[in-house]
Amino acid sequence: MSSTFDQVATIIAETCDIPRDTITPDSHAIDDLGIDSLDFLDIAFAIDKAFGIKLPLEKWTQEVNDGKATTEQYFVLKNLCARIDELVAAKGASPT
Amino acid sequence: MQLEYFQLIDRILDLNMVEKTIAVEAQVPQQSTVFEGHFPGYPIMPGVLLIESMAQTSGWLLLALMNFERMPFLAAVKEAKMRGFVTPGELLTVEASLVHEGSGYAITDARIKVAGKLRCNSTIMLSHVPFPNPDLRGHMDAVAKRIGFPKQALLP
Repeated sequence: MSSTFDQVATIIAETCDIPRDTITPDSHAIDDLGIDSLDFLDIAFAIDKAFGIKLPLEKWTQEVNDGKATTEQYFVLKNLCARIDELVAAKGASPT
Repeated sequence: MQLEYFQLIDRILDLNMVEKTIAVEAQVPQQSTVFEGHFPGYPIMPGVLLIESMAQTSGWLLLALMNFERMPFLAAVKEAKMRGFVTPGELLTVEASLVHEGSGYAITDARIKVAGKLRCNSTIMLSHVPFPNPDLRGHMDAVAKRIGFPKQALLP
């Protein structure tokens, strides 16, 4: 079973045509990989589907705009993957 | 359809809030300056306008699902296929169904049929934001009334 990072890196590589070996856990999706907001929507869609979650992009963006969070907290891939793991865990813990 | 004003949807035929689907009707005009150039002697509806028709139909579906509180905008067109020509005077049925509801965006599958036969289809991504100003909201309310948007289908 591949790790969250492996899955996310593969999604980014395939969605944005970025060489897989240039994508690391410390890559910043925007600053290092040059992913723009539209491409990130494609990535979010693929992540939502792959993990059965809904990335709260609007909430994150609002927090960054309000100065309550940094882009690194959400868009450095190791941090993004941690958020994904939290959302997956929360989904599993919620009543069905 | 009023091609010059990009008002491509004439009437909402069906809106299903449970299935998250919509069907609308659009009458291609017999005459339009668009057809004078596209193409002389062989008028056909430009593919970009067919895509726009599917995007607008998807937009009405999202407006309904978001209770007219947010405005959808076309963000991306994926796998658009023009399967047959659409000519002046044809009556289109445009359908859209919600594929995915993300945070600040949504994905739909949309298609256009003429007399039950598929002419084109696409997967469409729309981003959506709170209405940027009251003028746009007022305009959309007016268009909704014109095309018979079933406001009773909205949440109270």
